[in-house]
This record gives sequence, structure tokens and C-alpha cells, in this order.
Amino acid sequence: MKKKDRMHKGGIEKFIANFGWPRIIIAIFLLLLFVIAPFIGIDVGTSLSDMLVRVGMNGILVLAMVPMIQSGCGLNFGLPLGIIAGLVGAVTSMEYNWQGLFGFGMAVLFAIPLAVLLGVMYGYFINMAKGDEMMIGTYVGFSVVAFMSMMWLRLPYRNPLLVWGFSGTGLRTTISLTGFWMKVLDNFLAIRIGPRFFFPTGSFIFFALCCVLVWAFFKTKTGIAMSAVGSNPQFARAHGVSEDRMRIVSVVLSTVLGAVGMVVYEQSYGFIQLYMGPLYMAFPAVAAILLGGATINSATISNVVIGTFLFQGILTMTPSVINGMLQTDVAEVIRILVSNGMILYALTRKGKGTVK
Amino acid sequence: MTNEKPLLSMKGIQKDFLGNRVLEDINLDLAQGEILGLVGENGAGKTTLMNILFGMPVIQQTGGYKGTIALDGEEVRFSNPNAALMAGIGMVHQEFFLIPDFSATENIFLNREVTRYSLLVEIFGDRLRTLDKAAMNERVVQVIKELGVNINPDTLVSEMPVSYKQFTEIAREIDRAKIKILVVDEPTAVLTETEAEALLAVLKRLAAKGVGIIFISHRLHEILNICDRIVVLRDGKLIKDISSGQSDVKSIASWMVGHEIGDFAFHHTENHRKTENFLSIDHLKVLMPGEAVKDLCLQVHEGEILGIGGLAGQGKLGIANGIMGLFPAEGSVTLKGKSLKLNSPLDAFRAGMAFISEDRRGIGLLLTQSIGLNIAFPLMQVKGGLLKKIAGLFTWEDKKKIREITSSYIERLDIKCTGPDQSVMELSGGNQQKVCVAKVLALSPQILFASEPTRGIDIGAKHLVLSVLREINEKEGTTIIMTSSELGELRSICDRIAIVNEGKIAGILPAEAPVEDFGLLMLGE
Ligand SMILES: Nc1ncnc2c1ncn2[C@@H]1O[C@H](COP(=O)(O)OP(=O)(O)OP(=O)(O)O)[C@@H](O)[C@H]1O
Ligand SMILES: [Mg+2]
Repeated sequence: MKKKDRMHKGGIEKFIANFGWPRIIIAIFLLLLFVIAPFIGIDVGTSLSDMLVRVGMNGILVLAMVPMIQSGCGLNFGLPLGIIAGLVGAVTSMEYNWQGLFGFGMAVLFAIPLAVLLGVMYGYFINMAKGDEMMIGTYVGFSVVAFMSMMWLRLPYRNPLLVWGFSGTGLRTTISLTGFWMKVLDNFLAIRIGPRFFFPTGSFIFFALCCVLVWAFFKTKTGIAMSAVGSNPQFARAHGVSEDRMRIVSVVLSTVLGAVGMVVYEQSYGFIQLYMGPLYMAFPAVAAILLGGATINSATISNVVIGTFLFQGILTMTPSVINGMLQTDVAEVIRILVSNGMILYALTRKGKGTVK
Repeated sequence: MTNEKPLLSMKGIQKDFLGNRVLEDINLDLAQGEILGLVGENGAGKTTLMNILFGMPVIQQTGGYKGTIALDGEEVRFSNPNAALMAGIGMVHQEFFLIPDFSATENIFLNREVTRYSLLVEIFGDRLRTLDKAAMNERVVQVIKELGVNINPDTLVSEMPVSYKQFTEIAREIDRAKIKILVVDEPTAVLTETEAEALLAVLKRLAAKGVGIIFISHRLHEILNICDRIVVLRDGKLIKDISSGQSDVKSIASWMVGHEIGDFAFHHTENHRKTENFLSIDHLKVLMPGEAVKDLCLQVHEGEILGIGGLAGQGKLGIANGIMGLFPAEGSVTLKGKSLKLNSPLDAFRAGMAFISEDRRGIGLLLTQSIGLNIAFPLMQVKGGLLKKIAGLFTWEDKKKIREITSSYIERLDIKCTGPDQSVMELSGGNQQKVCVAKVLALSPQILFASEPTRGIDIGAKHLVLSVLREINEKEGTTIIMTSSELGELRSICDRIAIVNEGKIAGILPAEAPVEDFGLLMLGE
């Protein structure tokens, strides 16, 4: 009896230790925002839907952090590489005027091989600069975005819906997905309750599927070897695991996930933003996974899910609640403030092992 | 001095790791100039008690502790190691506290404020420039010489063999100026007797200067040799607090385990086969810093237990590390007439070899992973074992089998843990060592290189581990090449013992040869 008591107490302590106080506090804060919302005239249903849509939209981009963290390459600041692949996949599919789920699927199919190619190259770079992976990643990301800014103008896309009207060449800065595959995943089996609540079932199924795949991968021989390289490279080497190879595989995986995540993001967002669009997209994903409790050398699927919910939840709710209280439209300002604030907070904690 | 308040007094110390009580109502005093021996089985709580005294972060992170600590009669509660250092407490950690990318000198001088790695490097990188490096090196050489070894002060810790790491860690503590209490947690585990003696002499001298010393060791004769008083822990409780004059090895051992302990001697059975040309090592050169092997030739017979001894730094550890591909090697190694590809760990494994590394934290373990995964890893990666096919497509870890096999080793080696899923980081030093042993046994190798296989393992468990080695040697015919700094241990289990000196075999003697003969070979005479 006494022993059982103790174990029970241990259970709660363990839960808190695992979940971590920062997450508990942020979750309580988020809950509080939802409680306040109705009193200042904000519709909870709409807010909740907003949050869910954003989670479905961003989840896979956050998931793209996991393989590289696990193999010891740190946070994937080179995410723009995968994003570029996702963008190319999308415009290529649209060039052929493919629509609906088929168009979406083809975008993913075009994106993946390109992501593999870019990932292998990025992987070689990273292996050349062990210890400075995150800095290399940041600059690789920036360079590729800059390089693609030229390429978007030159690539032989001809579909008038994609290119600048007056010259007939060069892709536009912003391309609308209306009429192609806008929200195909969000609307797939979507649940609508009342006029305002909307649950993007398709995006969630797809996100869950990706999570399961990544989770399952880390239970395979290769996945386990990859984690070993991340947690103790000497151990891995002593057991005949090639560190360099595992790191490249992890970078490829992260980049492919980034590409797929980007296509999902586009369908939900409804627009494709080329040129400087991808430049800063790594940061929210990095912040989300850190908020979720990951460290630079260990990340789990639950870190991804929890982090995405918390980050996107705060990001949706804070601006609208403050807006409601001030009765003026400062939503965008607050959103930028909150978003960068959270990124800053998460990044200052990354060296400490975990957000504590 | 005797009637004054004790230098250190710990009262009613209790510690739980998330519901798991590991220390209960510990009361401990230490007087000025006293050497206190702290003994107990693996997992008894020795390191944890010292971590509490030293304010190690792991204690806070797992919920702090209960009880009081008084220093010179004044109550203290250190929230970090830095505070403990400022108060004059030094600690030689069982698992070392060194910055891998810093040299010996840099570690000895700059690691005085123990905080976390990253910050340290940032802070100290700049300060270093204003210091007189030559003077520092000189002092380091002097301190290290006192310990009876020869380490180049510029060697990076990451490139040091474990024994050098150990000396560096010790040198850092004994060089402190204002030290009042020194805690040394198993400093001799990887040292040969002569080296240990040099260290013990240094400790005695420090004590004579008035420093209170807490000395942890599983070598009980060392404890009896230098300690004034002995405290025995068992399962987190203080069992005995006795002056060392009133005890002997046997009674300490029985207090540790809670029952009488029999004799440990193995009886030599002459059932091993002696096949010539089984494993021949010819002109082996291994570039292992601090343990270089230079043109070494050695014939190993099938089914024997071959011991390899020698002083630290002479190359005894380099042999296994070289053959297993951990350090660059040259020369030829042939197994049953087939030549082994060097510098490739995978090929060594595939040839049926396995390795218990002397550096368990550095090479031997995935600290953050479970006991199960650690034990399963080599089998999985090398032999494709413990995997199962899902839908004929994915090869997955077979969790159930891993748990089973892990549980069997937990029982066989008496690993103290909460279960196969506990992370290795949470185990005591000796129990981590047992995981390293289990990991290799799971591979059922044809040839086993065991480097310091009983490092940090308590007196009872040591017998257990050695008898398991003996058992696989006799039942499965595993050829064992065991490297140890403890000659007594080698003599108790090996058939032949080779002594390495200056990177070469100085001679091979039967285990029964007189100790003096081994001593002469070690000194190269
Ligand atoms: N961080 C931790 N989390 C959970 N349990 C821990 C942790 N550190 C130690 N323990 C447990 O506390 C107990 C005491 O461990 P400790 O390291 O103090 O043993 P020890 O006496 O130093 O043993 P050894 O001789 O093997 O070094 C062990 O059962 C161990 O599993
Ligand atoms: Mg210990």
C-alpha cells in the first residue's frame, strides 16, 4: 500500500519532470486566453479553428527538425532548402494545371527528388563543418534563397497564371492556388460544427501519417544507428556505424520533410510566396520544437506535436485577445511581437539542454 | 583540534530520485586531516552522497535533498559546484569533469569553476590569453610528476587514454591552494598498483597538511592502507562507522553486502584448447595517444584467457583499441589464417570479435538511452539481431525480445536498476560498467577483448563478472584477451599473462609465476 502510494507520487513527479514546467505554464496561459476570449467578444469556435488550421499547416515543417537533431546535426536552420524544393514541386504541378488532390500529390512527387538532391549536397556541406552545423545551415539556407530569387525569373515556366503578365516569363512573387489545389487537404473530410468551427481533418491525417512514419523510422536499424550517432558519435563509430553517412541520411530526411511540409503549408495558406518568402521560415519551426521541449541533441514526436500546438496556439490567441481588449486593430503587430518573442525565448534556452 | 567542531558534518541526509529512495538518514562527520574511507556496493549511494555535498546540478534537477550539511559548524547548502569550490571543497569525479577539447594544463588551471561546458569555454577562451602559459605548464608537469606519471601538458583531454584523464582530474584537485575538503571518487579504478600508491602518498601528504579527505574505492586494501575511519553504506543506509584499525577486508566486504562472503580465488582448470596460429598479431602499430603500440607481436591460442598487463601509458590498452579499429593501426592481424582488415570496426565485429572498452562513458555507452537499447545495439547493428519484419517491409526493433534479453542480463550480472527501460545515465558507475559487459556478452563473440572489464565494480560483483567471463570461456569456448591494471585480477582468471612495455611485449608468463617476475617485466628489466 505504502509502496503504491510512493509510486503514484513518483508518477506525478515524473510527468511534471517529463512535460516540464515551461510547457505547463505556457499551456495554462493558452487555456486562460481561451477562457478570457468570450468575455471580450471573441468567438472561441473561430479561434480554435484558426489554431487547428495553423497546426495542420505548420506541423510537418516542425517535424522536419527531428532527423537532424537526432543525428547530432542540431537545429535545421537550412530548412529553406526543403522549402525551395516544396515551392518548385508546387509550381511545377501548377504549370501543368493539375488540380485537386491529384495536383497536390504531384506537387509532393516533384518536390521529393529535388529535396533528396539538395539534401545530399547540404549533407556533404554539413559534414565538412562538424560542430558548426547550425551556422552552415543558416548560410546555406540564405544562399539558396538568394540563388533561387534569380532562378524564379529564369526557369522556363510558361503558365500565364504563374508568370508575370506583361513579360510572359518569370514567376510572380505571390501565386494564388485558387482553382488549383487550395485547401484540398484542409477540406478533405473536414468537420464543420455551426457556422464558425472548422476542423481540417485531411491536414491532420497527413500530419499524423508523417509523424508515424518518422517515429517508425527511428525504430528501425538505420534509425537507431542515426540516434546513436547523435548521442555518442564515438560509440557509433566503435560499433561500425558510419557517422558521415548517417548524418547525410538525416539531412536528406529533414529536407524531404521540409519539402513535403511546404506543399502542405501552401495548400492551407492558399498562396505560394516565392523569392524572399522562404528566408525566415526556419525560425518559427525551430522555436516550436524547442518550446515543445526538444533540445539541440534530442527531439521526439511529442516535442513536435506539443510544440506546434503551443506555438501556434499562442500565436493565434494573443493577438486576437489583445485586439479585443484594446478595441483597435493591432493584431499584426502583436503577432510579429509574439512570434519573435517566442523565437527569442526558445533560442536563448537552446544551449541549456532544454527549455526550462 | 580534536575537541573542535568537525570540519564537515552531514546530518539526516535523504535523497529520492523521483520516488526511488537512494539515501536515508545518513549522518557523517569528517575531522581536519582525517582520511575517511567510504565504501559500499555498486549503487549503494556513495557518489550520490558526494554529489549532494558538492552541489552537483543533477541533485537539484531531481528534486534536491533533505537533511543538513555543516562546514566548520556553519550550515551550508550548495546550489552549484562553484559555491562548493569557493567554500574549499574539491572533488575528483568518478566519471570525470574535464573539457574534452582543452589540454591537460588548461583543464587543470581553468576548470576551477565547474559550471556547464558551453559557458566555460566562452568565458575562459579569452582569459587564457593573458596567462603565462610556460609557467603553467611547468607547474602542471610538477604536479603530474608527483603522481608518478609523465603527461605532456599540451595533450588534449579528448585524445587521452582513461588513465591520463584520471590523472588530469586528480591533478586539478590536488593543485588547489585553499582546499579544506577533498572528495576522491574511485580515483584508482584504472590505475595499476604502483600508480595508485603514488596517488595514495599524495593524499596522505594532503591530509597531513590538515585537508579532510573522503576516499571512495572498491579496492579495500587501499582503504585499509590510508584511511583513518571507514564508513560503510548499504542500500542507501549507513551500516557501519568504524576506525580502520578495527576492520579487515573480509569484514568490510560482509558489511557491504550484508552477509558473509566466501573466498574469491578461482581454481585453474586446464581445459582450454591450445591451437597454434589462431590469432596472430604481427608488427602491430597503433597510434593511440598515450597508449601507443609500437611493433608488437603476439600469438593468441584458441580458447585461452590471455591477460595483458603493464603500466599506464606503455600501450597495453592500445592493442585492443587498434585491432577493433578505434585508433589508426598498421601491421597484420590474422585470424585462423585469414587476414583481418584493420581500421574497420565493422570488419572486426564480423570476424567474430567484440570489445569491452576501458572508456565506458566515452565509447562504451549511449548514456541517454535505455539499458535495453545499449545491450541490443551491437547485436542489432552488427548481426542484424533483435529486429523483426513488419508486413515484410520494415525491419523494426523487436522490443519484446530486447526486454527479455535485457532482463536476463540484469539478473545474471545483478545490475541494480528499475528495469530494462531505465536510462543508463541514471545508473551508478559500477552498474554502467555491467551494462558494458552485458552488451558484449549478448554478441556471443568468438574473441573477446576485455579492457578493464571490472572497472569500478564492487568486490562481490567483480567476482560475478569474472566468473561470467570464465563461464563463457569454458562453455562457449570464447577466447578472451583481458587487459587490466590489476595484476591480481589477471592472475586470478588468466592462463597466460603478457606484459607490455614501451609498446612491445616485454614477456609472457604463466599466471602462476611469482609477482616479482611480473614487476620486473613491467619495469622493462
Ligand atoms: N540521476 C539519477 N536518476 C535516477 N537514479 C539515480 C541517478 N543517479 C543515481 N541514481 C541511483 O541512485 C543509486 C545510487 O547511485 P550512486 O551513483 O550513488 O552509487 P554508488 O554507490 O556511487 O555506486 P558505484 O560504486 O557503482 O559508483 C543507484 O541505484 C542509482 O541507480
Ligand atoms: Mg559511484
